[in-house]
Amino acid sequence: MRILLFLIGLSCASVSYAVTASTANLDIAIAYLAYQPAPRPLLSNVIPEPTDAGLRGAELALVDNNSTGRFLKQSYSLSSHSSDNAETLLAMAQQQHAAGVRLFVVNAPQAILQQLANHLPDSLWFNAGSADDELRQSACLTNVLHTLPSNAMLTDALAQFMALRQWQKWLLIVGQAPEDIAYANALRRSAKRFGLKIVAEKTWDFSSDQRRSASAEMPLFTQSKEYDVVVVADKAGDFGEYLPYNTWLARPVIGTQGLTPVGWHKTIETYGAAQLQKRFEKHAGRWMNSVDFAAWIAVRSIASAVTKLNNADPTAIRELALSEQLPIDGFKGRKLSFRPWSGQLRQPIALVHPRALVSTSPQEGYLHPHNEMDSLGFDQAETTCHLSDKAL
Amino acid sequence: MRRLLPLSALMLICHSSLAATAYVSNEKDNTISVIDLATQTVTETLEVGMRPRGLLLSHDNKLLYICASDSDRVQVMDLSNHSIIKELASGDDPEQFALHPNNKWLYISNEDDALVTVVDVESNVVMAQIDVGVEPEGMAVSPDGKWAVNTSETTNMLHWIDTASNELVHNTLVDQRPRHVEFSKDSKRLWASAEIGGTVTIIDVDQREILKTMTFEIKGIHPDKIQPVGIKLTDDGRYAFVALGPANHIAVVDAKTWEILDYLLVGRRVWHMAFTPDQKTLISTNGVSGDVSLIDIDSLKVTKSIKVGRYPWGVVVTP
Repeated sequence: MRILLFLIGLSCASVSYAVTASTANLDIAIAYLAYQPAPRPLLSNVIPEPTDAGLRGAELALVDNNSTGRFLKQSYSLSSHSSDNAETLLAMAQQQHAAGVRLFVVNAPQAILQQLANHLPDSLWFNAGSADDELRQSACLTNVLHTLPSNAMLTDALAQFMALRQWQKWLLIVGQAPEDIAYANALRRSAKRFGLKIVAEKTWDFSSDQRRSASAEMPLFTQSKEYDVVVVADKAGDFGEYLPYNTWLARPVIGTQGLTPVGWHKTIETYGAAQLQKRFEKHAGRWMNSVDFAAWIAVRSIASAVTKLNNADPTAIRELALSEQLPIDGFKGRKLSFRPWSGQLRQPIALVHPRALVSTSPQEGYLHPHNEMDSLGFDQAETTCHLSDKAL
Repeated sequence: MRRLLPLSALMLICHSSLAATAYVSNEKDNTISVIDLATQTVTETLEVGMRPRGLLLSHDNKLLYICASDSDRVQVMDLSNHSIIKELASGDDPEQFALHPNNKWLYISNEDDALVTVVDVESNVVMAQIDVGVEPEGMAVSPDGKWAVNTSETTNMLHWIDTASNELVHNTLVDQRPRHVEFSKDSKRLWASAEIGGTVTIIDVDQREILKTMTFEIKGIHPDKIQPVGIKLTDDGRYAFVALGPANHIAVVDAKTWEILDYLLVGRRVWHMAFTPDQKTLISTNGVSGDVSLIDIDSLKVTKSIKVGRYPWGVVVTP
């Protein structure tokens, strides 16, 4: 199956990139790039994450695009490329670019995304893999749109909920990985933004396996001044899975474990989401996650723009996306759109535990002069990016 | 006149609804609530297939057709004794459907398969399956029987099916997530709602041309929450009612001038509506609040809400 898809991908790559008049057929080639390093060892036996996250979402969106496209004489193709090496990935992107592809969906960390986007500045890149805040706040990549929610959006979603529940005093526990530190930074910003207090902060620097010792160690580790909630930043799931029910005080755990903010989750079912979930599960044989959703909506956004524009010019798609005139249906109960300043897709954030949807932010009452969803993440005044003022 | 005789007006309403019965599908309960509109109470709750959504009546009001979406079938209920007498070969995940004026051809949206299935309800034979866009949802057959129109939620189109050949002959691109289509009684106009687009499009049927795209505005409600779903047109051509989903209101539209006359506050997440046979009362299903609202059409006032099951979705009324 893989090989077949790859072959399809190859044959699609040779389809030339074409901008044509409305009467002719329109071929739209999209390349999906994934950075896939060997997974690092984890200290907890967490349920493994799917290795094809993202790709499956992009594939499903391609099916959706083409079933719409056949009524509009649009034909979409997707080629998929992955590597554990950043340079190889860049070479793959350049090869696609040489074959005429100008639309890319990327599932890679910030540094690799930046390298790719900088090397091919005339292409439009959709970030479906990095939640990094710097990308939205100061890096300001002109040719990148972000469909994955940023860390700041996720932690703001969480903080709004905590403010509403009056969980004001946090015990913050942070892992040592760079992505944990980045997530913790976002949490600190959110705490300040919504008037919540970090009463104590601890770094998890134990190297021991918690599988047998969590009930002995975690209560001691979480001894601290009175707190309402334990907030954890452990993106990989090294130790955080062992915090719930093992805290010194009987308090909820929230953050990367316990109650977590996500772009997508199995438990989202209203607003037509059940249909998307079913289509995805039929296609991929597993549940859809946040990265799948980000890749799915990236490819769907391309189709929404192409249908409006009647061409697939990356400059025109970008301009339309940043103009607020491209409403996108994301099965999240609201019309989604890209923020003109940062190219971030504004969207509601689900707060879930593994088997239920607990709440959805923005929470009722967090008003915003322009769009309530902009109460999540970096608002216009908080960023140095002004993407809509710049040309590709 | 009306002000002078409120009591008799009320009696008239009561009288007109006396024999009427509403059937409401409860999506999350796998049941149908039966409401006696004379007493305005739920008299019975009937067990049906899984995730019942779309409902419709045979033109003689003897049979109730039920889309049991998660059971992948259309059930046929004999209303004289409330028993399921038949299950139709509906295709997977039927959501909405429409019955041809000949009382025989049922056009069904198969949401998961991007198909419209046409079933002869008498012989239970699939007459045709027509490829449409992704997530087909709304379905209507023109009163003159010429057109079946389907909406596809993810493709954002209205698909025009010629009922003589059962072939797709035209597509109309509308706004995001078209949910529902409704023909005027004279078959000249088609109204289509777009849930995420927040609009209702009015189309000239002969030319298949868009005449008007309406937007709605309710003070204090964010435009994104105004999500049109169900549409009902009065037979006299006077009003169109548009259910606005999570805006919790029904818009009252002048069907001739397309002017929005009023917004009526109903329950939470209002989905679909049905008239009583005398067209004096409108009933709406309110998904999140689990109730139905009754609206008096003469006064354009919400008069009553009645608790039903979980996530009421479809509604029909028999005399």
